[in-house]
Amino acid sequence: MLMSVGSLAVMGLTLGSVLGVASRYLAVEENPIEAELQAMLPGSQCGQCGYVGCAQAAAALAKGEAPVTLCPPGGKATVEALAAKLGVKVDLSKVSDSGPQIAEVTEEICIGCCRCMKVCPTDAIIGAAKQIHNVIREACTGCSSCVDVCPTEALGMMPIPVTLQHWSWPKPASAHH
Amino acid sequence: MGFLDRFLKAPSWGVHPEDHKRPAADAPLRIFPTPERVFMPLHQHVGGVARPIVLVGQKVLKGELIAEAQGNISAPIHAPVSGTIAAVGDVTAPHPSGMPFKAITIESDGANRWIDCEPLADPFSAAPEEITKRTAAAGVVGLGGATFPAAPKFALGKRLKVSTLIVNGGECEPYLSSDDRIMRDYPEMVVDGARLVMHAIGASEALVGIEENKPEAIAAMRKAAAAFPEVKIRPLPALYPMGSDRQLIKVLTGIEVPSDARAAETGVLVHNVSTCAAVHKAIRLGQPLVERIITINGGAIANPGNLYAPLGTMIGDLFTFVGLKEAPSRIILGGPMMGTPLLHDRIPIVKGASGILAFNAAEAFVPEAGPCIRCGNCTKACPMGLLPLEMAARIRVGDLEGAEAFALSDCISCGCCAYVCPSHIPLVQYFSHAKGELTAAERTKLRTDATKRLAEAKAARVERENREKAEAAAKRKAEREAAKAATAQPASVAVEKTEGASA
Repeated sequence: MLMSVGSLAVMGLTLGSVLGVASRYLAVEENPIEAELQAMLPGSQCGQCGYVGCAQAAAALAKGEAPVTLCPPGGKATVEALAAKLGVKVDLSKVSDSGPQIAEVTEEICIGCCRCMKVCPTDAIIGAAKQIHNVIREACTGCSSCVDVCPTEALGMMPIPVTLQHWSWPKPASAHH
Repeated sequence: MGFLDRFLKAPSWGVHPEDHKRPAADAPLRIFPTPERVFMPLHQHVGGVARPIVLVGQKVLKGELIAEAQGNISAPIHAPVSGTIAAVGDVTAPHPSGMPFKAITIESDGANRWIDCEPLADPFSAAPEEITKRTAAAGVVGLGGATFPAAPKFALGKRLKVSTLIVNGGECEPYLSSDDRIMRDYPEMVVDGARLVMHAIGASEALVGIEENKPEAIAAMRKAAAAFPEVKIRPLPALYPMGSDRQLIKVLTGIEVPSDARAAETGVLVHNVSTCAAVHKAIRLGQPLVERIITINGGAIANPGNLYAPLGTMIGDLFTFVGLKEAPSRIILGGPMMGTPLLHDRIPIVKGASGILAFNAAEAFVPEAGPCIRCGNCTKACPMGLLPLEMAARIRVGDLEGAEAFALSDCISCGCCAYVCPSHIPLVQYFSHAKGELTAAERTKLRTDATKRLAEAKAARVERENREKAEAAAKRKAEREAAKAATAQPASVAVEKTEGASA
């Protein structure tokens, strides 16, 4: 009896002190929620939120300094995810969401100045000096950085085209909501 | 098998829709005359789109390769008629959206001349891999409607050491009788094809499941399989969806395929009877898959029945051949329970097209949906044991994750729930919508991950370039200063010298 109580007490004390030491020396320095929030953001570092990049935006979100509606390219889906993570309520009807968009070059007026290529955060624009540029649709995040620098307004945003593989059934129209 | 199942013979799931198979199923098979023009789509299977290898104006023979398979899961496309390639362009896809996809147009020369076919002599002494290779080259895909390429499935069966081949002759969808017809007219082909598939996957027995509402097919198949004890004909109760692979496996073998596993992992592999016949043709005759039996049925058709038609034939041409009593109110590719509604008839038939239905106004009538009265009929009918009413209620308010928690991903879209619903709620459309949205969300996530990697790579590259520029600038500066110091040194010496001289 005494033996078992004693051995359990010794084990408890030893393991407890190990845990205590571990919590002090192996503690996670950064706020873990920051990394999670950053993973939800598009990661194109476009700066449309007013912060330098997505990491800084995530830090501001974690501190509660920025609203969850800060990310225009993320659209409604990102707002919902961020609000759920941070446990805040948000009125989604006020979030303007034109759906995911991508950039497109109007080839007739592209002069091949290479400015858009340089600002594209994901290298989604290909081209060379005095050659028509083009957007790789799969790589474009829709941050619209290129639209602002184009001198001839050849770049514009358009909704991602629906293809046979991407089409899905619409929600049934119901009178009994 | 559970304790209670021993006392319960009939499955507790499913529905008994009016089958409408006759008189179309009893009408003799008609050969569709070679059409003037065929439109052979490049994507008639699950997996990679085939890549065209012909030029406009090129002459092709029937059975000639016109588009090759791309990727591990894909299938090649062959010319269904002899003639001239007229175009490679867009046609309307057999898809509810009515969107276009790419197809090769061939103007028929009317001769229907076959390319030289190379049959495999004595396939049972050949290596199983040879059967698989030839099946892949012949472009054989699952003809029951799923259109999964047959050859990768053989390879999977071989790798997982499948012991039982299940040959699916269920054909539980109402109105359809193309599998019934192939079993009645060509039972030897089906049995031989099944034996070839057994050889390819190394299976020791084949169970051919045929619903009891097809007694002629059962008799013909029994006769053809009499000489081969390893091929067993098993009549099944006529119950929808008996032709669905998981339900068929459960009824024939008692094995319940786990939700997250493939059928092959439980030691069985399912192939359709028409697929077996296509394998027979590919091996014994060396002919690629360019024709199929297709049921044309429905109230708007004057002479319903089965046609043997080249793939790529326009549905409108098939309608002209069988005659229309009235303009169809609805056209469906496949059966009425799971088929695809089509917007018009200028759409070519594809490998997976088991039937085309042209419904008159009475058949196409859809009653207006009412509210859910929570009667629970849908849960009794669901062959997967799901709760359709709970899933639909969540999807209606946009709670897709909630629906997912009720195992939405296990739904096979068979339509039993919507069939029995007294309020006519379009349950399957809710599920199809939710599955589409969830897949889209998954795709967006993959896309975001990929662009994130690109953004990080660009940021790293820009940083490296800036650093290299700075280093190069620093180096040049250092060199300039060293050069300056070198030129300044003799000058100062000279100054000192002059100073010394003046002093």
